[in-house]
Amino acid sequence: MMITADSIQDMVERHGRTRDALLPILQEIVSEKNYLSDEDMVEVARALDISAAAVFGTATFYSFLDSRPKGKYVIRVCKTISCSMKGKNSVLSTIEETLKIKIGETTADRKFSLLETNCIGWCHKAPAILINDEPYTDLTPKKVTEVLREYIKNR
Amino acid sequence: MKKIPVHRVDLIFEKITCKEIFEKVMEAKPDEIIQSVIDSGLKGRGGAGFPTGLKWQFAAREKNDEKYIVCNADEGEPGTFKDREILDMVPEKVFCGMAIASRAIGAKIGYIYLRGEYKFLVPKLEERLKDFHGLMKKMGHPFTIHLRLGSGAYICGEESALFESIEGRRGEPRNKPPYPTKEGLFNKPTCINNVETLVYTVMIQKYGAMHFKEMGTKDSRGSKVFSVSGDTPKAGIFELELGMSVKEFVEEFGDGDTKAVQVGGAAGFCVPRKRFDETIIGFEGVPTGGSMKLFNSSRSMYNVLHNYLDFFAEESCGQCTPCRVGCQQLLKGIEAVKKGEKSIKYLDELVKLAATMKIAAKCGLGQSVGNAFSSIVDNFKEEIIY
Ligand SMILES: Cc1cc2nc3c(=O)[nH]c(=O)nc-3n(C[C@H](O)[C@H](O)[C@H](O)COP(=O)(O)O)c2cc1C
Ligand code: SF4
Ligand code: FES
Repeated sequence: MMITADSIQDMVERHGRTRDALLPILQEIVSEKNYLSDEDMVEVARALDISAAAVFGTATFYSFLDSRPKGKYVIRVCKTISCSMKGKNSVLSTIEETLKIKIGETTADRKFSLLETNCIGWCHKAPAILINDEPYTDLTPKKVTEVLREYIKNR
Repeated sequence: MKKIPVHRVDLIFEKITCKEIFEKVMEAKPDEIIQSVIDSGLKGRGGAGFPTGLKWQFAAREKNDEKYIVCNADEGEPGTFKDREILDMVPEKVFCGMAIASRAIGAKIGYIYLRGEYKFLVPKLEERLKDFHGLMKKMGHPFTIHLRLGSGAYICGEESALFESIEGRRGEPRNKPPYPTKEGLFNKPTCINNVETLVYTVMIQKYGAMHFKEMGTKDSRGSKVFSVSGDTPKAGIFELELGMSVKEFVEEFGDGDTKAVQVGGAAGFCVPRKRFDETIIGFEGVPTGGSMKLFNSSRSMYNVLHNYLDFFAEESCGQCTPCRVGCQQLLKGIEAVKKGEKSIKYLDELVKLAATMKIAAKCGLGQSVGNAFSSIVDNFKEEIIY
């Protein structure tokens, strides 16, 4: 979806015009397009009547509120200890080889971005990743290949 | 010392009718509710272990029309995953715990702060919240719960950083005092509790304070939900009576070759095999928010420590120098020792730095980096050096 001044106004109507509406609004924009552009942040600042610096400063604190363009599907690979003990590296390299991107990169078709993240709360089923909001657990190179194939094929 | 072998408990996930319990609570006076929580000996399950009944009493005594109940569902400590399961399996019980707290302290609004990594739970929680709000209306108790999401910052689990985040700001911890019960969310008296703590308050209303107090030890009453991972054939979520030793835990969950258990996650302590027997899992020994990671002899404790320090260096909010610089220096320091660029003696300097951070850092994150650091370096020095 395109984020426009109108859609931001609509979010402000729903979440409220006070400072505590800021994160829910930024989160909604990110869930629509996976990142926040400078224009989005300026527009949110105007709609909430706070400084753009306050919006930038807040957004950049949170790792899920990315301010660089991201693909349609953001893959976050857990790199914390349980996952790293249980084969995170082989899962990561399988993803890198399948999508031909490295950590921090986005595929040329803007479909996938690859990131690392800290513990996502599935350590007993390590290794685990998130694709957007969806967790995938107990991964092996074979299993993650199948997961990615579904995303490549169907969506 | 009373020792308790590994003993399974089923309170948190037991299916119950919250309506009945809440009816009982509505008939009781706020003071009676608080007294029952005090009598149970329940301590907070989020890590710090503050007595829950006292916290409620402090919040109740504040004179203010505006008070808040906050449920801390940020669950970012590496190796902790029980709050996700609780919210997934028995969300009504979490809401019910918040409603009981609201009756006890006199609050009309509650917030659940759910980590962004658990966003997949939102549709289910919102649906169940609708039913819950219907029940509150029917019971004539004016209490509304709002659901808020985090955005990938571990520090937002720290209570004052969490308030900042709900208020729409960077998740930077505040100075304490004032404590949340005096000035918390929106600077109003606030009672913040972990997901699991809230569910125990429900079960205390159901079965009575004594039922809970009879379990566990003097310092660690009742039971708790453990998140077990690492080198174990039984990874998963287990509710166990408090008071067991690490040895008993390892006998139940180990793979026969356990060399160390990290109790309490990255912010917790590493217990080596030689201390399994003497170390009690609980507030009298090693406290834990539930994270139990087992390591067998194939694991390099250097890699474990490196992973934790990398975590802290990334998750430090950067607000205070001891933590911002300290985390980086500890990480660089062990890398330098490993590569032979620094002498073995340098490790002692690093241990001192970690001790300084414990005193000088502003919040629990920076203050607890030294727990894992010193307990791993002290017990596995050779692995760090060679
Ligand atoms: C860095 C840091 C992270 C924390 N993360 C959490 C968390 O994810 N969940 C939680 O319940 N408490 C967390 N806490 C503890 C909270 O500050 C607070 O003590 C707790 O929510 C109080 O609830 P309780 O008394 O029921 O344990 C954290 C503390 C620190 C210093
Ligand atoms: S100790 Fe670390 S996380 Fe806490 S306020 Fe200081 S820099 Fe931030
Ligand atoms: S360590 Fe990867 S999910 Fe916890």
